[in-house]
Amino acid sequence: MAAVLAPPRDDHAAHPRPHRRPGAARRRRSLAWFALLAGPNVVLLVLFVYRPLVESFYLSTMQWNLGSPVARFVGLGNYVEWFTADSTARVLTTTAVFTVATVGGALLLGLALALLLNRRLPGRGLARTVAFAPYVLSGYAVGILWLFIFDPRYGLMSTVLGWFGAASPQWYTTPPWPLVMVVVVYLWKNLGYVALIYLAGLQAVPQDLRDAAALDGATPARTLRSIVLPLLAPTTFFLLVTMLLASLQSFDIIKAMTQGGPLGSTTTLMYQIYQEGFVNGRAGYASAGATILFLLLLAVTAVQLRYVERKVHYA
Amino acid sequence: MSVQTPPRPAAPAPATPPPSAPPAAPVARRGRSPRSLLLDGGSLLTMAVAAVVLGMPLLWMALASLKRPDELYRTPLQWLPERFDVANYAQAAETIPLGQLFANSVGLTVAGAGLKVVLGLCCAYALVFLDVPFKRAVFLVVIAALMIPPQITIIPNYTFVASLGWLNTYQGILVPGLASAFGTFLFRQHFLTLPASVLEAAQLDGAGHWRRLWRFVVPMSLPTVAAVGLVAVVTEWNDYLWPFLVVDHPDKMTLPVGLTLLQNVDGMSNWGVLLAATVVVTLPVLLVFLVLQRRLVAGLTTGAVTG
Repeated sequence: MAAVLAPPRDDHAAHPRPHRRPGAARRRRSLAWFALLAGPNVVLLVLFVYRPLVESFYLSTMQWNLGSPVARFVGLGNYVEWFTADSTARVLTTTAVFTVATVGGALLLGLALALLLNRRLPGRGLARTVAFAPYVLSGYAVGILWLFIFDPRYGLMSTVLGWFGAASPQWYTTPPWPLVMVVVVYLWKNLGYVALIYLAGLQAVPQDLRDAAALDGATPARTLRSIVLPLLAPTTFFLLVTMLLASLQSFDIIKAMTQGGPLGSTTTLMYQIYQEGFVNGRAGYASAGATILFLLLLAVTAVQLRYVERKVHYA
Repeated sequence: MSVQTPPRPAAPAPATPPPSAPPAAPVARRGRSPRSLLLDGGSLLTMAVAAVVLGMPLLWMALASLKRPDELYRTPLQWLPERFDVANYAQAAETIPLGQLFANSVGLTVAGAGLKVVLGLCCAYALVFLDVPFKRAVFLVVIAALMIPPQITIIPNYTFVASLGWLNTYQGILVPGLASAFGTFLFRQHFLTLPASVLEAAQLDGAGHWRRLWRFVVPMSLPTVAAVGLVAVVTEWNDYLWPFLVVDHPDKMTLPVGLTLLQNVDGMSNWGVLLAATVVVTLPVLLVFLVLQRRLVAGLTTGAVTG
């Protein structure tokens, strides 16, 4: 580094002309470099993110089957069909139940786990590793693994339930158990992530605030409610948004475990898009579903952006 | 707070201690100690139970993959395999081309993550260190892409890739996911913190942009590069929906897609084989996680810090 910094300043001042060529040529060279370095990424983004987004809106106005040479413009017809379809209420209910259960469950259990791991206990590093591990694994593989655990006759779950004197529900076949099963697996996979983010938030809570509360005679529960939770609010909000976005888009676990069934009882909006588009081949109709999902996700993001902006303003 | 006040006078801390008693502090500490010990003990137990419950499924997968069929379907449950039998792995490799799938997954993951990091680094360098008028607009194009969920684009991307003749090809799996929005964003954040003096010095020394990027900027950004790279590795390896849609020839499949094939061929009649393949899918990522835990976790949780 010293060698790089060696040329003294007056050396630079002595030859101002040959190095600095202001004006058009320099600007053109900057542009060329910019195109070379940023170009590929931007072209890929336009081709595979922005173009399909616009095309998806367009396709949603067409009656068109995947691979078919004929497409017919139907305006908002696909949307009208979606909103009036018998299945829509069921899909929306399933999506809502799945989303609320996974997001709410992950936040609650993740917070509890984080509070536990925040205590100076021996072995908490190992516990943290074990809790986080499922988050990095393939959702499809995890689904298969849990399908075996849930096997009503030979599965680990039925044995564990047996210890408590409970008989195993028909996890595969009788609603609402298939949905419960998918939610449990989703929670298991994401719990460690939520706990870790909460843990980071907890470590930012000043210890002297807690000490002061304890001196004032506050019980641990009271300290949690009045001091820790309010200070964790930004973390909770971040996790709420992140988990909402992830949950609304989740696919792999459902595909591996239930394929949206039985009787559509685990078909979320995301799964419906896949099913209509690629199983039934109704690409136009599926695109309308994709647009609806996109608007839903955009609404969540918009709320987040607004909140973040406000935080910046008042910080 | 008022709720808390009444019990306090009743607490055994009288204003006038007996003359023989030592100062109040040790009494208070001795009074707290058993309770906090109990709390610690309870916490420890809860944590142990949580760790066992959360860790059991993975252990169970590994154990089950080594059991013979008659051991798998036994009631009451048989916990450990009688001997470590790799027959399930052999049969999985017979049913689907497991070796080929593994090679596909490794190749696509390495290529995909590598290219993604390079694209992100180049783009972020241009956005930070090059002086062009429409830089801000390009940056907006990059970060706005973060808000477009990939799931929304699958149908048009599928028809596009099909029209290119890229179904059942490696580039069909790889190229649509290469664009880096998240990585570019993180790299840019980091580049903005780099000392300008070093880069100015490099420029004075006659280093061009290419050299400045790879010899100065990247070596000063290695933790960020590692975090983004590891996240990309894990995402590419686990990616399911897109490769599942694009590929239906077993030779071109990735491991998670191969799992679907095995599931369809073998049904759910042969759990041992299916779980052996599941181990093959999950173990490599698990090892990467265990070895590079801190960097990977840093990458996966960065959103919480920047977002």
